[in-house]
Amino acid sequence: MKIFFHLGRYWLFMASLFGKPEKFSVYRRRVLEEMESIGVSSLGIVSLISVFMGAVITIQTVYNLVNPLVPLYVVGLVARDTMIIEFSPTIIMLVLAGKVGSSIASEIGTMRVTEQIDALEIMGINSSGYLVFPKMIAAIFIAPFLVLISMFVGIAGGWVAGELSGVIPSTDYIKGIQYQFLPFNVTFAMIKTVVFAYLITSISSYQGFYTDGGALEVGQSSTRAVVYSSVLILIFDYIITQLILI
Amino acid sequence: MIEVKNVSKGFGEKQILKNVSHRFEKGKVNLIIGGSGSGKTVLVKCMVGLFEVDSGRIEYDGRNFSEMNFKERKPIRQEIGMLFQGSALFDSMTVEQNVMFPLTMLSDLSQQEKTDRVNFCLQRVNLPSSHKLFPAEISGGMKKRVAIARAIAMNPKYLFCDEPNSGLDPKTSIVIDELIMEITEEFQMTTIINTHDMNSVITMGDNILFIHKGEKWWSGNEQEILKSGNPEVDEFIFASKIMQHLRK
Repeated sequence: MKIFFHLGRYWLFMASLFGKPEKFSVYRRRVLEEMESIGVSSLGIVSLISVFMGAVITIQTVYNLVNPLVPLYVVGLVARDTMIIEFSPTIIMLVLAGKVGSSIASEIGTMRVTEQIDALEIMGINSSGYLVFPKMIAAIFIAPFLVLISMFVGIAGGWVAGELSGVIPSTDYIKGIQYQFLPFNVTFAMIKTVVFAYLITSISSYQGFYTDGGALEVGQSSTRAVVYSSVLILIFDYIITQLILI
Repeated sequence: MIEVKNVSKGFGEKQILKNVSHRFEKGKVNLIIGGSGSGKTVLVKCMVGLFEVDSGRIEYDGRNFSEMNFKERKPIRQEIGMLFQGSALFDSMTVEQNVMFPLTMLSDLSQQEKTDRVNFCLQRVNLPSSHKLFPAEISGGMKKRVAIARAIAMNPKYLFCDEPNSGLDPKTSIVIDELIMEITEEFQMTTIINTHDMNSVITMGDNILFIHKGEKWWSGNEQEILKSGNPEVDEFIFASKIMQHLRK
């Protein structure tokens, strides 16, 4: 029964975000600050993970490609489609669930246990709207850019790894990444990214907002935020893939 | 003036407040006292709308606050200032930004007017040169004073203080008490303080409400409380060695 309690409270929480902003200019500034905090500060880790993902996909595809009838440029094609369709939107968003999700839950959770949220409410400010809405808009807007960067860096990483290890010539790899390119795959990845960004910010904010207790509970909320966001990302990955690709 | 009428509040099976009624006077320092777990904080949280009452009503100058929705409560909430036990300053903002925050969010003042108001409030709490410091960089007493400055920034009619002396040394506690008394008189606010501090009770209890086991047990002023004759009140008031000594 507890799951119905949380589902009901989650939807009420979501509904509470969409009240009229007290000051539109303040919300706009907060969206920009959150875009910097969620997006720009994640660029390093996103690039690092993407470049190694692309490199490993390329080398492992070459390793598994034992049939001489399959042309070598297929390695580039596999690296491209794997990065675009699955690795960039899903793995990168899972990483962001860990980095951004835990940060949101602990920030809002700390504000709850130190009565900062109560202070907002007593002033007559819609605390959920003020704290959560800008994070959600910022994440939904900035995450697609991070994923696009991840796609580009991952594919480039595969090319560098192929070149450095000598397992695939540049010409074959470049031919592969251009071969039968479907722009819809990028659209599909963007749809997934937006849904995942919403899941991460809403679940993490919910966990933080309803933290009750002290430092220990803030840590527990942060952990729950990461676990629930990650599990729901995987479930929605499957649902969206089935709905759109089949 | 704030009136609490027959307020009851429980959590699950546990009844915390039982039919509490009291009138908190304008221009006076009204104290809510009682032992730990007696229901003081729950009463204050019901009064400011952080908890909803199960029955009864809370009236702000005749306006029935407890029956209003979030939107209807907004104008009253903007007349409330609150000093929290832990100060509840926003960690990511400087002292100046903390005090300016309600003005930015809830008023249409120009930047210059807001800056003037912040300077006035910080001056009033004797913190004229701490504008650029963050809460983590100032002492507990300074945090309380910044929180008072933030609470009075919107020129409130009602000031709530939840254990304003907790975690402060006796000298700083006196400074905070004096500041609250001065501000209450100066701005003719209805001030309600939830406290354990006996010095506060003796020095500024114009109107004291003693809560025991969730019920209104006794009320009166600082003179009357010392000779109330009520065993629970006496047990609370004369619990410390100093108070026992004074009694003798």
